[in-house]
Amino acid sequence: MLECKDIKKIYKNGAEETVVLKGISLRIEKGEFVAIMGPSGSGKSTLMHILGCLDTPTSGTYALDGQDASKLSDEELADIRVKKIGFVFQAFNLLPRATVLRNVMLPLVYARVAPDKREELAKQALRAAAFPEEFWNHHSNQLSGGMMQRVAIARALVNNPAMILADEPTGNLDTKTGEMVLAAFQQLHKEQGRTIVLITHEPYIAEHAERILYLRDGNLVRDEKTPTQRVVHEPSSL
Amino acid sequence: MTITDILQETTTALSTNKVRSGLTMLGIVIGISSVIAMVSIGQGAQGAIQNSIQGLGSNLLTIIPGILQPGRGIVSSGRGAAQTLKNDDVTVLRSVEGISAISPELNRRFQITSSSGNNTNSTVIGVSPDYLTVRNVTVGNGSFITDNYLNSLGRVAVLGPTAAQDLFGDVDPIGKTIRINKINVQVIGVLQAKGSAGFFNPDDTVFVPITTMQHILAGVDYLSTIAVSVAQKDLMPQVKDEATAALAAKHRVDPQNPDFSIVSQSDILGTLTQVTTTFTIFLASIAGISLLVGGIGIMNMMLTTVTERTREIGLRKAIGAKKQDITQQFLAEAITLTFLGGTIGIFLGWMISFAVSRLANIATSVSLSSVALAFGVSAGIGIIFGYYPARRAAALNPIAALRYE
Repeated sequence: MLECKDIKKIYKNGAEETVVLKGISLRIEKGEFVAIMGPSGSGKSTLMHILGCLDTPTSGTYALDGQDASKLSDEELADIRVKKIGFVFQAFNLLPRATVLRNVMLPLVYARVAPDKREELAKQALRAAAFPEEFWNHHSNQLSGGMMQRVAIARALVNNPAMILADEPTGNLDTKTGEMVLAAFQQLHKEQGRTIVLITHEPYIAEHAERILYLRDGNLVRDEKTPTQRVVHEPSSL
Repeated sequence: MTITDILQETTTALSTNKVRSGLTMLGIVIGISSVIAMVSIGQGAQGAIQNSIQGLGSNLLTIIPGILQPGRGIVSSGRGAAQTLKNDDVTVLRSVEGISAISPELNRRFQITSSSGNNTNSTVIGVSPDYLTVRNVTVGNGSFITDNYLNSLGRVAVLGPTAAQDLFGDVDPIGKTIRINKINVQVIGVLQAKGSAGFFNPDDTVFVPITTMQHILAGVDYLSTIAVSVAQKDLMPQVKDEATAALAAKHRVDPQNPDFSIVSQSDILGTLTQVTTTFTIFLASIAGISLLVGGIGIMNMMLTTVTERTREIGLRKAIGAKKQDITQQFLAEAITLTFLGGTIGIFLGWMISFAVSRLANIATSVSLSSVALAFGVSAGIGIIFGYYPARRAAALNPIAALRYE
C-alpha cells in the first residue's frame, strides 16, 4: 500500500553534502495508524515530505498505492498529492478570510471537481471529522485552535485520500484539545478504516497510534507495535 | 480552477487589503485618465482645425504666386512677394475642365476710416462675384459685388461683420461712405459672420471689386491669389495637374518647377493634421509614462503580496495546486486591479476632457478607439506586470513555502 525501499536523501550545499536519510525501508498497510517518531534532526520531516510526495528521494524507491512516486516531476507530484494524500499541519494553514466550508472545498477546486458537487463532499468530510454544523459558515480565523485543526482534518479527508499525513498536528494545541484531535484520528481510523501517518517528536502523542517507527540520525532504528496504545474515549466537545 | 473560483479568490484577496489595492489602482487610474484626456484634447484640436478648413470653401484649390517651400507649409509662403499671377491667368484657367468657379483676388492692408470717424486697419480684398461661391461666404445684409461694379470700377465695398462693427458700431453701415486709402467708397453690403479660421479672420475684411482694387486702390496689375472651386471632389488632383500645366505654358516656365503654387485643402489639412498628430502623440506619451509608473506600482504590490502569502501558496501547492493554478490566481489579481483602474480611469479621463472643453473652451473629443485602446493597454499592463510576480509565486517550493515565517 505504501512502500519505501532503501530511501536516501542527500542535500548538496556547494561541495558540502548532508545525508539526511541513510537508506530507509518501510511498509505501511492500508488502514494502519502509524506514528513516525524521532528527535529533531532525525530526518522525520524529510521522510514525511517524501511520503507526502512533496519531495523525491535522492535514491531508492517509494510506491504509494502501487504507483512509483520517487521519480516524478513537480506537476506529477501535485497530481498525486491532490488525489491520494490529505495533509494536516501543525499550524493548521487554513485560509483565514474564507469560511469553514470554503476551506474544506479548496482541495476539490484543485482536483477539478465540478462546482456543484463540492459542497456536498465538503459537508460529508466535516461530518466525518465531527465538526459541529453551526460553525460551517464561520470564517476560519474566528475558530479556536482545536476547531481549526478539525477543519484541517476535514480538508484532508475531502478528496477521500489513500493516506492522511499529519505533521505534529497537536504541536500548537494544549494537551486537552490535542487529545481531542488525536481522538478524531483514532475515530477515523477505527470507524472508517483510514490510513493515518502521524509525525511527532513526543512519545506521548505517538502512543496514540497502533505502531511506532523510531527514526534517529537518518536511520530507522525501531519499528514496533505500540506496547500500550492510548485510547481517547470522548472525542466530542471541543 | 473555474472562472468563478478565480473571481472568488481575487475578490477575497483584494478586499483584504482594500487601502493597498485602492492606492495601487490609483496609479493605473491616473495613467489611463491622463492618456484619455490628453488624446481627447489632441483629437479635439484636430477636429476643430478640420472643420474650420472645410469652412473656407469646399473643393477649393488656391493658386498663389511664388514657390511653396516644402516642409514650411502654407503659413510662411510669403504671398504677395511675387507678382507672377496676372488677370490673363484667369482666362487661361477658364479653359480647364472641371472648374466650376474662379475667384481672382488681390489683398492689401489699408487704413480705413468711416464717416463717423472710426478707423481700423483691415485687410481689403479685391474680389469678383464668384468669391461668394468659391470661398463659401454669404451676404447677411445688402448685396455683394456684381459684374456691373467690376466693369465700371465701382467705388463700392462689402464689409465683413467685424470690420462693420469696428467702423460703425451698431449703426447700419449700408449706404454709408468709408475712406480706404483716402478714396471714398460706398458700403453696399455686410457679410454673415464666419468665425476665425486660425491664422486669418475672414470677418475682419473689406471687399471691393477686383478692378477697383487693382486700378484705383493698389495701382498694380497682378493678383495675390486665384481661388478655384472644383466641381467634384475626386476631380481635384486632375484639375490641379491640368491647371498647373496650363498656367506653366502661359508663363513659359517648366511645369516641374513653376513660378506659382497650387495648394489644395487637403494639402493644408495634411500639414495641420501632421502638426496636431505630433502634438497628440507628444501629450499621450507623457501620459503614457504615468501609466508605466502605475504598472510598476502593480508589480510592486503583487511582489509584496506574493511574499506575504508565501505560506498560503505553500499550502495550496501541498494540497495539489499546480503551477498553472497559482499563476492564474495571481495574474487574475493583477488584471482585475488594472481592469478596474482602467474603467475608472476612462470615466475620469472623459470627465477631465469634458471639464477642459467647458472651462478652457478647448474642443475635445473622446473617441471610441482611444477608450478601446485604454482598455487594452490597462489589461495588457496587468498581464505584463502581473506575470513575473505570478510566476514567482507558482515557482515556490511547497516545503520551503510552508516553513516560511
